Amino acid sequence: MTESSHDENIELLTYSEVVDVKGFVGNFDVKIRKKPRYVDMTKCTGCDSCIEKCLTFVPSEWNLGLGSRKTIYKPYGQAVPNVPVIDREHCGHFTTGLCSVCSKICPAFAIDYDQKEEIITKKFGTIIVATGFTQFDHKVYGEYGAGRFKDVITGLHLERMLDTAGPTGGHVIRPSNYKEAKNIVFIQCVGSRDESKGHPYCSRICCMYTAKQAILLKDHFPESQSYIFYIDIRAGGKNYEEFVKKAQREYGAIYIRGRVSKIYEKGDQLIVRGVDTLVGKQVEIEADLVVLATAVVPQFDAVELAKILNIPYDQYGFYLEAHPKLQPVESVTKGIFLTGSCQFPKDIPDSVATTGAASVRACEILSKDELILDPKVAFVDSEICSGCLNCLEVCPFDAIETKEVDGKVVAQVISTLCHGCGNCAATCRTKAANVQGFTDEQIYAQVASIFEVLKKEKLLEVSE
Amino acid sequence: MKYLSSQDIHQFRNYILSVNGEDVSKCIQCGKCSAGCPISPEMDLQPNQVLRLIQINDPRAVLRSSTIWLCASCETCSVRCPEEIEIAKIMDTLRKLAVEAKVPLGEENVVKFDEIFLDSIRKRGRVHELELVMRYNLAIRQPLKDAHLGPIMFTRGKLNLLGHKIKELGRIKEIFRSSKRIIKGQE
Repeated sequence: MTESSHDENIELLTYSEVVDVKGFVGNFDVKIRKKPRYVDMTKCTGCDSCIEKCLTFVPSEWNLGLGSRKTIYKPYGQAVPNVPVIDREHCGHFTTGLCSVCSKICPAFAIDYDQKEEIITKKFGTIIVATGFTQFDHKVYGEYGAGRFKDVITGLHLERMLDTAGPTGGHVIRPSNYKEAKNIVFIQCVGSRDESKGHPYCSRICCMYTAKQAILLKDHFPESQSYIFYIDIRAGGKNYEEFVKKAQREYGAIYIRGRVSKIYEKGDQLIVRGVDTLVGKQVEIEADLVVLATAVVPQFDAVELAKILNIPYDQYGFYLEAHPKLQPVESVTKGIFLTGSCQFPKDIPDSVATTGAASVRACEILSKDELILDPKVAFVDSEICSGCLNCLEVCPFDAIETKEVDGKVVAQVISTLCHGCGNCAATCRTKAANVQGFTDEQIYAQVASIFEVLKKEKLLEVSE
Repeated sequence: MKYLSSQDIHQFRNYILSVNGEDVSKCIQCGKCSAGCPISPEMDLQPNQVLRLIQINDPRAVLRSSTIWLCASCETCSVRCPEEIEIAKIMDTLRKLAVEAKVPLGEENVVKFDEIFLDSIRKRGRVHELELVMRYNLAIRQPLKDAHLGPIMFTRGKLNLLGHKIKELGRIKEIFRSSKRIIKGQE
């Protein structure tokens, strides 16, 4: 990240979002909303004195509510760019109008409360979508406490706790009473592989990060004991199986094949009732902390972005690749590429690999002066076209534009966007729209010649 | 050893599917049904094992198990199943199949109790506890099993010697008649 912020060929637009995308491969017009961060990025030196002096605390999103942050803050220590942002919703200056400590303290006079939202339009040749994923909300599981039990956390919470620079300084504590957790129960497949919760797919990353966390727990706190309820261990990857074995053999993680049916409170302990299906017996474990491996789900606004980019997505909201095996990083829309977990759950090596592939594919287009396209695209005969523009309505790829010929408005196909689906040809009343190689005359001629052959070979009886 | 062949493996699963619409092949054997079952420690087969035996076409073992008779139909399994399989419904179907197939039942006493219970309802429209207990204890050949409780319960007014009848007994009988019709209609 830091390196990319210094590269002269890379312009980093942080705290911004894509509002609209028009155009096609090589000629994307992208509208970007730059949100006001109320700090002048050109003046700020990143000295952090504003953060130190800020008076208002709010729960930290980065630490998933386990710690707090100021209302002028950097999301995390190594954030790029090294410039804070003001949280307008909670900041004393915006809520009460009384506080302006940060602007008084700033030695570089970088605080600017009057910054406005800015919308810019830029031209791009290709687009790579890497919007990532979010976590499944386990509150729908009544049997796991529906979010009522403070000591039932997710893998990401534990990850923050295990971070020595994190909210607990690397200590694994029980959020209910801040005491050290000794018995830790992991539950795999919470939300994922669960038809009833709408996510029948495997989240792919949980088996490995749970094994890692079990190893780290034993490493940091030798007195701790991890119990892992799993359905299947999916450790397909280089050295993955060995890694899980290591957690079991060397770090004493107890793997129990079965699922947890209920968590309930008894005193200040949590009782986890599961099953060991290999023995065929119920298991009850007194736990200090329960860690749920919640499903990887698409970002909450993934569908919205897909509509802006005009790329297809599956029933869950993951973006669809053009071909699962042969074009794994391309979207169906030319010039738009996919990488990371916005496509399906991926771990770090997979994300790095697909990112490399997507960048090279994007550069491949940009490195050539001319674009080679599939010739089977639609065309409109402007002499016949009546200008009803029905084709414009039915085109799923926005590949129809209008032009004026002799004072008459007619349709025209943008051949780089067209996929040759034939919707326009089927809709056109005047038969002006056709697909190259599949015009009505060509198809009739083919049918007629087949009939000729069949008649000649006496394979077809024609009753006059 | 011949274990399974693709030709006959789905027979029992298909049969269950056709009878009550529950597809056992959806089961991923996570074991959540067995984990939540309040009676599973008493069962000879765990609920997930019952489903597995249906998956591998072993009706013999399933229909003789005590599990299908001990199931209390609390439906904890059905509610929590990630694949939305109604396991309690399957247990119900299996009970019916076991009686029809005339195999040695895994829990004879449960069947006896059910019969006596329903008979009491048929006659009175509600359960007569004293009759139920006495007839059941006779049926299982332990006539004095609960005898020590009788006097205590009687002195506290918990036992009625003659039992009650409801007013519209005819309507109860109608329920029994129509359920019989429904069962016949299914066959």
